[in-house]
Formats: sequence, C-alpha cells, structure tokens
Amino acid sequence: MRKMIEGSRAVAEAVALCRPDVISAYPITPQTHIVEELSQIVADGELDAEYVRVESEHSAASVCLGAVVAGSRAYSATTSQGMLLMVEVLYNIAGMRLPLVITGVNRAVSAPLSIWNDQQDTMAIRDTGWLQLYAENSQECLDMHLQAYKISEDDRVLLPVMVCMDGFILTHTYESVDMPTQEQVDAFLPRYNPLYKLDPADPYTLGGYIGPEKYQEVRYVLQQDCLAAKEVVKEVARDFQKAFGRWAGDVIEPYQCDDAEVILIGMGSVVGTLKDWADRRRAGGEKVGVLKLRCYRPFPADELVAAVSGAKQVIVLEKAVSVGGYGIVAAELRAALHGRVAVPVACAVAGLGGRDITMGTVDEMYDRARAGESDFFAGLRAEVLEEG
Amino acid sequence: MSATARRKPPLGVITRPGTSLRNKTGSWGIQRPVWDWSKCTGCNTCESICPEGCIRHLEKKQYEADYDYCKGCGMCAAACPAKAISMSTEHD
Repeated sequence: MRKMIEGSRAVAEAVALCRPDVISAYPITPQTHIVEELSQIVADGELDAEYVRVESEHSAASVCLGAVVAGSRAYSATTSQGMLLMVEVLYNIAGMRLPLVITGVNRAVSAPLSIWNDQQDTMAIRDTGWLQLYAENSQECLDMHLQAYKISEDDRVLLPVMVCMDGFILTHTYESVDMPTQEQVDAFLPRYNPLYKLDPADPYTLGGYIGPEKYQEVRYVLQQDCLAAKEVVKEVARDFQKAFGRWAGDVIEPYQCDDAEVILIGMGSVVGTLKDWADRRRAGGEKVGVLKLRCYRPFPADELVAAVSGAKQVIVLEKAVSVGGYGIVAAELRAALHGRVAVPVACAVAGLGGRDITMGTVDEMYDRARAGESDFFAGLRAEVLEEG
Repeated sequence: MSATARRKPPLGVITRPGTSLRNKTGSWGIQRPVWDWSKCTGCNTCESICPEGCIRHLEKKQYEADYDYCKGCGMCAAACPAKAISMSTEHD
C-alpha cells in the first residue's frame, strides 16, 4: 500500500514488519523518530516485542547482543556519538557472528558539535565486520531493512548489518513509499531460526578467549565470510524482487554509465542529487554517469572496477574524511583498480556537518577533477576560512 | 534457511567448557616454588593464596604445586610466614 510518511516512520514500520523480539535503543538526534515510533508501536500492542530502555548506546548494543545469543531477533538504531559509544560492542557482535540489524543514521561527529548530516560516523565503524548498506531514499531504507535481516541471518553470512540512512535528509522528510503487508514480509522473512544460541542444557561460551595459535584463522574466516556475503546481498535482492515485485538493488547501481566518460560515485541520499546533475549535463551532450555504492561493506571491488573500466575519469563524492589520509571510498577504489584498470580517481569531500550539496557543488567537484585535482574539499566558503 | 543443510558455527565462535583444564598455563612461568621442609609449619597459607589453586596440601608440612598450571607468580613465596618457599628458575 502506498502512503506518504516520514522516512523514520517508514523504517519503524518496516522494522515492526520484521517482527523483532527485542528492541533496545537510546534516543539521539536525528535517529529519535525511528525509536519513538517503535516504542509507540510496541506500547500500542501492535508488535509483540520487548522494548528495553537503557542508559547508553553501549548498553543498547549490549542488550541486542544478549538478545541475539538468547535466540531472538533484535533491533537498534543510533547515530554519531552514540554509534561511537557502541563501537566496542559492534566489534563483539560481528566477532561473535550474531545476526542483527541496526539503523545507522548518518550524522557528523563532534567536535565541533553538529547534529547535521554527513557520513563520518558509519565510515568510522567500517572495520568492525558489519555489513553496511547505504540508502538513497525512503523506499530504499524500507526495502533495505527487510533485506538486511534476511542477509544477516543467512547461515553463509551470520554477520550484523547496518542500514545507513542520511540524518534529516531521509529521517525527517516525507516521501511516498510502498509499504508491504505483514503476510508479504512473513513469506519473505521467516522467523529467526538461530544456528546457535545460549542454552542452559548445553552450556558453552560465545566469544571466549582464543590464543595466538588460532585467533588469526578466526579473523581470516570472518574476513572471507564478509567478502562472500556480497553474493548473498545479490541473492537476497533477487528474492526480494520475486517477493515484492520491485527491484531494490544489490551492491552497486549504475545510472547512465554505459557510455559515460566521467562517472561520479556516491553513497546515500546524495546519489539523487548526482543523478539529477547527470541528467542536466546529459541534456547538454556530456557523457556523464552516476554509480551508487549501495553496499559499502563488503566492498564490491570487482563490480566497481567493471563498472568504471570504460570511463576516462571517476570522481568520488565523500561525506566523510579520514583525517590525515583523505577520502575513504576513493582510496579503496584506487586500490581495487590498481594493476587492473588505469582510470584516474578524484576524491571530493563535501556535505560535511549538514552543508548542502547543490548542483553548484557538483559542478565545482566536476570542474576541479577535470582540471586535474585529485583530493580536495568541494563547497568550501572562503569567507568562513578567512575568519580563522 | 532450510532446516536440512545448515553450516557448522563459524570457526572460533563457540568455546566449549573445560578450557581452563586444557589450557596448561604452566608454560607461561619462568620460576617455580621450592619448599624448605625444615622451615615449613604446615599453616596452609600457600595453598589458600595460590591464584591458580594449584598448590595441594598432601599432609602436615607437605605441599606440592601442579606445574602444569603454576605460572610462577611467587605469591606463595611472598606470603609464606615462615619464609619456607623460594622461587627457583632451576627445574627439569
């Protein structure tokens, strides 16, 4: 059924349709509306779940960890400082190979304090072993949550999935979404059937000590399974299409890339802006395309290399910066291309702390990259820099 | 996921009970306690203070350490009121 709702509400309803047994979260802007809605849904008796209020995000993640090892399907959402407070537990959840879905609402990280959108927070947890999917719009947020549980709980994966959605841009805007029925979701996503869970009748430890004689092999298996999860992401996308009758995307989504000489790459809501920009340039006869990086972890290196191999230049728009390094996606893409395809990759950092990414910003990154700049900030305001 | 062909739990996720028995921590140490039975009063301080619980009271004024688990921490020697225990680096 189509309805016009806020992105946060769409996510909350989608999560409720996944029938989590346990929800635990600590409210933090701009994630708040998602967990408010879910607590209301539980309080109204529409979802039979335990909603566990906690005193911090570290505890929220820990409650989810405990719920999953007890055999439950669990959910949480967080952003920015809260996500960083979760980090220790996020590593444990991935290392213990626990299926879990968390919505990572994208927000800048302090200091300076900012509640506004960029992607520094989720990029900072890229090495934890979590899968990361980045949504462009409300419909994709909704669809990704349904897919995320199915990917996460697959025996071949058994890794947590973070659905990343841009704070305010997606969480607080109203869009028309196609909300599936409970029957459809139940058919697509069966009840969680854990491969292992804590059981007093058969006691064992999860995540226990492992010495130097074995730890490296355990991490190797984690790495191999995370890389291989890419195929499950694709498979679940096909299953999703069969179940719901619409294509919701897998690891990357090319737009006007077939004959493109210059390809812009982005993650999340900015991809809509990039597509609009590309349409305008195409109308002027320029062969430009856009590549949406939908699944950032595992990193779809082969798919990206194949998708940009015919281009003369790639420009990555980064809403985060590895301070002291530079753009994170660009660096990984350059590494993937190394020795395979000789296409230059420029990196434009933009949209930090809620700075709007306008057509003018994209023009600037395009012009500067075409002029030979490789790593730069786009959309800087000279008058602000002069204050310093 | 089908109920039939399920994978084994991933490597290293599950630890079965009994690891502290299997993990012979005695290899960690470089020293071992040696008792001077002429000084030992049989007070049991060494047995009760050993953090590994690997000192056993055999009979009055007679103790033994289980070197499979003794890490050589020296707490028994430090605590012995009769100063009957010395830590030795010389052993088989």
